[in-house]
Amino acid sequence: MRSARALTLVAGFLVLGLVPVVAALANQPFYLDLFRRIMIFAIAAVSLDLILGFGGMVSFGHAAYLGIGAYAVAIPAFYGIHSGLVQWPLALALSGLAALAIGAVSLRTSGVSFIMITLAFAQMLYYLGISINAWGADDGMRLARRSQFGGVVDLANAYVFYYVVFGVLVALLWLGHRLIHARFGVVIRAAKSNEPRMRAIGFATFRYKLAAFVIAGAGGGLAGALLTNQTEYLTPSYMHWTRSGDIMVMVILGGMGTLYGPVLGAVAFLLLEDILSAWTVHWQVVLGPLLVLVVLYARRGLYGLLPGAGARDG
Amino acid sequence: MNWLLVVEQCLNGLQFGVMLFLMAAGLTLVFGIMNLVNLAHGSLYMVGAYLATAAFNRTGSFLAAVAFALAATLAIGMLVEVIALRTLYERDHLDQVLATFGLILFFNEAVAIVWGRAALFTAVPRALSGHLQVLPGIPYPAYRAVIILVGLAVALLLYVVVSRTRLGMLIRAGASNRTMVGALGVNIRLLYTVVFGFGAALAALGGAMAGPIYSVLPGMGEEILIQVFVVIVIGGIGSIRGALVGAVVVGMVDTLGRAFLKPMLSTVIGPSAADNAGPALASMLIYILMAAVLFFRPQGLFPAVRS
Amino acid sequence: MAEPLLAVRGLTKRFGGLVATDRVDLEVADGETLAVIGPNGAGKTTLIGQLSGDLVPDAGTIRFAGEDVTALPAPTRSQRGLARSFQITSIFPEFTALDNVALAVQAHAGHSFRFWTPARAERALREPARATLEQVGLGARAAVAAGTLAHGEQRQLEIAMALATRPRLLLLDEPVAGMGADESQRMVQLLRALRGHHTIVLVEHDMDVVFALADRISVMVYGRVIASGAPEAIRANAEVRRAYLGEEIPA
Repeated sequence: MRSARALTLVAGFLVLGLVPVVAALANQPFYLDLFRRIMIFAIAAVSLDLILGFGGMVSFGHAAYLGIGAYAVAIPAFYGIHSGLVQWPLALALSGLAALAIGAVSLRTSGVSFIMITLAFAQMLYYLGISINAWGADDGMRLARRSQFGGVVDLANAYVFYYVVFGVLVALLWLGHRLIHARFGVVIRAAKSNEPRMRAIGFATFRYKLAAFVIAGAGGGLAGALLTNQTEYLTPSYMHWTRSGDIMVMVILGGMGTLYGPVLGAVAFLLLEDILSAWTVHWQVVLGPLLVLVVLYARRGLYGLLPGAGARDG
Repeated sequence: MNWLLVVEQCLNGLQFGVMLFLMAAGLTLVFGIMNLVNLAHGSLYMVGAYLATAAFNRTGSFLAAVAFALAATLAIGMLVEVIALRTLYERDHLDQVLATFGLILFFNEAVAIVWGRAALFTAVPRALSGHLQVLPGIPYPAYRAVIILVGLAVALLLYVVVSRTRLGMLIRAGASNRTMVGALGVNIRLLYTVVFGFGAALAALGGAMAGPIYSVLPGMGEEILIQVFVVIVIGGIGSIRGALVGAVVVGMVDTLGRAFLKPMLSTVIGPSAADNAGPALASMLIYILMAAVLFFRPQGLFPAVRS
Repeated sequence: MAEPLLAVRGLTKRFGGLVATDRVDLEVADGETLAVIGPNGAGKTTLIGQLSGDLVPDAGTIRFAGEDVTALPAPTRSQRGLARSFQITSIFPEFTALDNVALAVQAHAGHSFRFWTPARAERALREPARATLEQVGLGARAAVAAGTLAHGEQRQLEIAMALATRPRLLLLDEPVAGMGADESQRMVQLLRALRGHHTIVLVEHDMDVVFALADRISVMVYGRVIASGAPEAIRANAEVRRAYLGEEIPA
């Protein structure tokens, strides 16, 4: 049954990989844009899943890292630095550092406190973004130019950019797969299962959870760098707490702690948003109760509906 | 030093603190006793504000509007509790966060459908539109002074209820050890409903009074809710005393920071730098405060002693 | 006289008005098995909690292997060679029995900031884990999800996880709790085999188990140690008998 699921996933990635081809043939560039956006949020969701699904840390502030990553691209661009080789590592570093600082304080608590604190810190960064007039305050500002890679890779080309994002997603999933099964991943998952036991057998769990928090934050930062390239815009609203909620929904909807589930979740959530918003501008009044129902009755998410469900590889 | 300004801002800080307290008191009990992360608490505040504003604009009587808003919001809150929240008591925090997040989306959109997305305007009721001489030579808006008085009255009422009545004893016991309280034969269901109703009524009151002085918009609940979280984290989950202390501290720090940080900074780093740094830092102050408290006391200042 | 492996002096722990541990003095020599007994509410689990590092004492000191460990947190004490098993079974139910024990091995096999090689492929973790499972008699159940093991098997797993950390001192909190007669017998045989190789502090209610294993016994009542000595002396102690009013002590 594991092979049935593997087959489905491979098929899914093939489909994703062929979207640009189909979009070009059908002369519908909109789909290229849509699926690129979906993949960017999938990257954000997968990075959140590391700490949420595998680590059991309910961090309600993930959008803050997307914001930091976006700023790490747009601010240098504003001052004339367009090289992606400067911007993207900066995005990873700054979002990782922010996660280190926030995690160091937040991880001293747990449960309800942890959720509230991560939310509060993320909102703090949002307010910080709004109040800085030089960078557009709450109106935001345009991205002067997409990240440059010395002519080798031209992100201004929609197809090239698509495959760059696709490549990042695939790479992230592959690295994530190795991480989950390596010593580090085992510690994170076991700490979720029974942290007091972990401490009793000799693991100083705090440092591992913090490291996971930083890795997840850096992943969010990378998603943010891609996002601002995608929209060619920078706005503090990327960091608004409702965006954190959206990413969390994608993880749960898709199936948390499954690595590929969040990708499904991003697809489902953004497609749903696209369809519903075409129907009515007040689509959230439908999405809200829908979400409540999903949480109450369909917790395993979409991944659990795939063939081969039930076979967990521990 | 403009003393008039300082006193006025201190009072504003107290007034903001009182608003935070109205939200925090109920929410900290819901967290502590029912172990429920209720993000939709802000929505009750918002609904209270909208209903009071609409009723006041329709009837012209502020008291009637507040009373109506309180009753109606309480009813809506109880409905939400029965339909959605009851099932969440046994669920883990993640489920609660997501489900109540869904409720927020619903309520924000619902008020937008009825009243639109633009801020709803309402005037301060005429009887309270003047100024009071709080100290000789220091006039303060009567409406805001009334809010402070109402808030302190509520704090006093809560103190009496929690420390002098049987209900209050159950609340304190529940915050300390909810399973034991259930095991002792207390009707837990009823206790939860009463506690939740309490919180909803206070949030509604806060919202109803907020109408004339804050913007009434979709999403207003979440803005204040996150600050309420800071209050609860600082004060300690499950503690009303913590909520009061936390609320006043946060209210003061935030208000005074926004008023005085920029001018204070500009004497140090110059006016143009302070123009950006001032508001930015001021908006971060309460979160820095929260981080500092957490560093030394992760459970908050007055944590309910848990077993 | 060699310094005892574990030396507890004046250990005190209060919860509000209740004194759970009242100026407790204890000593355990290297290789010895000390049983701590006492009626319910005597403070035995609170004592274990302070020894393992899960609870912070209000007063007193704990010296282990010549070092003052009173301020050290639980993970550090485990690294120093102090292992505990829990009274209420505490394992990783979603992981297999082998994974559970391999985790304990991993905790003492260098750091876990490794992100590439699958942990399951690491021989250095799996082999010792397998051996420890065999040692406690769970060899055949290695691939079973720990949550689906029978209660008695889970108690065995508890011991295996403690053993896998290569401890000098084992703190066992009611190892035969909830076990039937046969299972208890097997556990006693297992623990007998450990005697001498490991120093053991054993909290137990089951007197048969206590008298089968203990070199010395300490009796706790209301947080205080009221008697300490060889099993025969404890059996004959009048104060101990009084404390156990209504309890059968095998003559």
